[in-house]
Amino acid sequence: MAEGKQVIVKVKRQASPKDAARWEEFALPWRPSMNVIICLRDIAEHPVTREGKQTNPVSYDSNCLEEVCGSCAMVINGKARMACSALVDQLEQPIRIEPLSKFPVIRDLTVDRQFMFDSLKRVKAWIPIDGTYNLGEGPRVSPEVQEKAYPLSRCITCGNCLEVCPQVNENNNFMGAAIFSQVRLFNMHPTGAMHAKERIEAVMGDGGIEDCANAQNCVKACPKEIPLTESLAEINRQAWKQALFGWLVG
Amino acid sequence: MRQPKIIVVGGGLAGLMATIRVAEAGVPVELFSIVPVKRSHSVCAQGGINAAKNQKGEGDTTQKHFDDTIYGGDFLANQPLVKRMCEAAPGIIDLLDRMGVTFNRTPEGLLDYRRFGGTLYHRTAFAGATTGQQLLYALDEQVRRHESEGRVTKREGWTFLSAVIDEGGIGRGICAMDLRSMEVKTFPADAVIFCTGGIGAIFGRSTNSVVCTGSAQSALFQQGVDYANGEFIQVHPTAIPGEDKLRLMSESARGEGGRVWVPRNPADKRAAKSIPEAERFYFLEEWYPKYGNLVPRDIATRAIHRIVYQEKVGIGGQAAVYLDVTHIPRETLDRKLEGILEIYEKFLGVDPREEPMKVFPAMHYTMGGLWINDQDQATNVSGLYAAGECEYQYHGANRLGANSLVSCIFGGGIAGPAAVKYARNLEKGAEAVDSSVFAREQKRQEELNQALLSQQGSENPITIWKELGEIMTEHVTVTRINKNLESAHTKIKDLQARYRKINLSDRTTWSNQTLNFARELDNMLVLARVITVGALCRNESRGAHYKPDFPERDDATWLKTTRAKWVSNDIQLTYEPVDISQIPPRPRRYDAAK
Repeated sequence: MAEGKQVIVKVKRQASPKDAARWEEFALPWRPSMNVIICLRDIAEHPVTREGKQTNPVSYDSNCLEEVCGSCAMVINGKARMACSALVDQLEQPIRIEPLSKFPVIRDLTVDRQFMFDSLKRVKAWIPIDGTYNLGEGPRVSPEVQEKAYPLSRCITCGNCLEVCPQVNENNNFMGAAIFSQVRLFNMHPTGAMHAKERIEAVMGDGGIEDCANAQNCVKACPKEIPLTESLAEINRQAWKQALFGWLVG
Repeated sequence: MRQPKIIVVGGGLAGLMATIRVAEAGVPVELFSIVPVKRSHSVCAQGGINAAKNQKGEGDTTQKHFDDTIYGGDFLANQPLVKRMCEAAPGIIDLLDRMGVTFNRTPEGLLDYRRFGGTLYHRTAFAGATTGQQLLYALDEQVRRHESEGRVTKREGWTFLSAVIDEGGIGRGICAMDLRSMEVKTFPADAVIFCTGGIGAIFGRSTNSVVCTGSAQSALFQQGVDYANGEFIQVHPTAIPGEDKLRLMSESARGEGGRVWVPRNPADKRAAKSIPEAERFYFLEEWYPKYGNLVPRDIATRAIHRIVYQEKVGIGGQAAVYLDVTHIPRETLDRKLEGILEIYEKFLGVDPREEPMKVFPAMHYTMGGLWINDQDQATNVSGLYAAGECEYQYHGANRLGANSLVSCIFGGGIAGPAAVKYARNLEKGAEAVDSSVFAREQKRQEELNQALLSQQGSENPITIWKELGEIMTEHVTVTRINKNLESAHTKIKDLQARYRKINLSDRTTWSNQTLNFARELDNMLVLARVITVGALCRNESRGAHYKPDFPERDDATWLKTTRAKWVSNDIQLTYEPVDISQIPPRPRRYDAAK
């Protein structure tokens, strides 16, 4: 391994939620088109640190490897991003890999993002259909509305927008931009709009839209380029409208 | 009345649809998944979902969809369920539309449809080029709603280890492992629906996600659930080669007018765009004038292999051909194909709107899977059902593009109510089964874990897995030669012997991914043999199964389903007739209209 180009990787390790974090450094053989996932697989096959110490493979989440499942979000060189699309040749070395910091660490780079799925439940992020039996076609939707809705529906629940948000911290239950963007998506749909009020109620309490401090980091961190700040502004508008005029519509 | 309980294993499209149907029937359902269900592999499906809605006034019918599917599958599929699926497909699209899927629209506000391989009709509804993601999310949202209303319990982060089968041979629940605490536990249920997806990992690199190992199917096979048509593996013609994954470049690129070509002169060093039309070889269009770039996948894949390996005119002598969309207006590309073009751009740093993409075939899908009946998705073990890619009923010897999403939703949709009906009719439910049946299975699984954690060996599971992938990809994909299949089988058995000497580099008991992977690898090796032996024995060419030494389809001998059984700890192949009651077999050719 001495000759040939190397990739130097530093990984933040943590054996369990109870253990302290520590860093380990690895030297891997460089190949063209490497990404961070390939680095982690190399380590799993030869779990030996740069100093020659035997260690365990790194625990991490990954699945689709094409940035559509949302599993492999990590902090790479200080930036929240998907590991599968983090190409080694575009990264400064040593490559520093850490778990997302806004979610509980399970082990090494795996974190628990259940908070996001629970938030989706809280805001009723679904179209309440009567049943799956045959009831004919859905409502007509103009291409303009579809072209607005589709980008929002590509959210992969990766959590990067929460990671970069200063309002997501231990003193706050802020649900994060992704969730509000989903509320906007469902409130936009002709059937979903019939229940918009319930969703807006759900974003008005603790951790809701009022807690957004407009830092606008979320939109820059989104791997799917979802217009998150537009969504936040829109939900804020809907919430104000409901708060001011809600008593009128009962 | 006794309240039955159902378990669904796997939370992709099929599993979610089954879950919704069970919940709607008012029966409690527990949903197990390795990953949060929203991250299931169905998200990777790109191009669309087929239904003969005839919304372009072309005279399309469900009967034509049925005929295209049977013909595309080279007459190996049993016809009753395929017919029902094609008839149900328009209703499935309506349902998804009602759930809020952001399908592309026409100016009138109706769903838009595109063309796909193996048909001459615009039959494929789509949401950009991330249709699978959009469909999965729609079902995920419905399941989340049922969950919040107390009808569904999710167990995400659990992996299936085995079924619990009682002395009478009846499925009574499952044994699973918590991937954090590594706790092994049994869960009783009156019926279990398996929706455990694809098997790509057996081929090392494929278009599949990491969790698609086929481990669950293999574990069930080794417990007596038969496995059918394992040898039928779809290799997708267009993927982006990568060391970690072969990323799919959807057929929709061709459905929207993308063209496949190579320079006529392989030594041509010019940039693709500067090569004049006359010096380009559009081989699919030339060889298959009627269907052109939209021949079925097995045909396109073999054509690309022929270009690269026999004609030796791959781009610059390499194993690659151009998939070219640069002539399509940028606005159309962004509206209809953005999701996939973005993948190419992100992973290769080249804009496919400007430069033709370089692609090569990749293992993509298994037509074979757990044996189920042709009525209601039941396996041969009472109480165990299967739906989605993990079973074999819908695609014969080759799957048509955009038929997988519809088969998942249709299959899951009938497995749910079938399991409920079965569970309600049971005289004795899982709660009445002696606890020793569960304790025995749990002990068996705990002992397997313990053995792996404590043994001292010299082999690394990842190394064995990589070798397995190389063997399978080289010998058991596009071109199959008997002597190579024989040696591949021997090599896999050698890997099994080496597996017994593996040494886990992680012996901890918290979130130990190495242990879980080792368990999966053991199962992958068995299923790899089922596939290889099935291919070895089938001396004909049909759909995706191609043997140059037996180049023709042989209906007299081989119009039959391979049904593998696990007998005395070994694979035994049996065969059964194919139900061809609706459409009599005829020769399959795509160089002319059928």
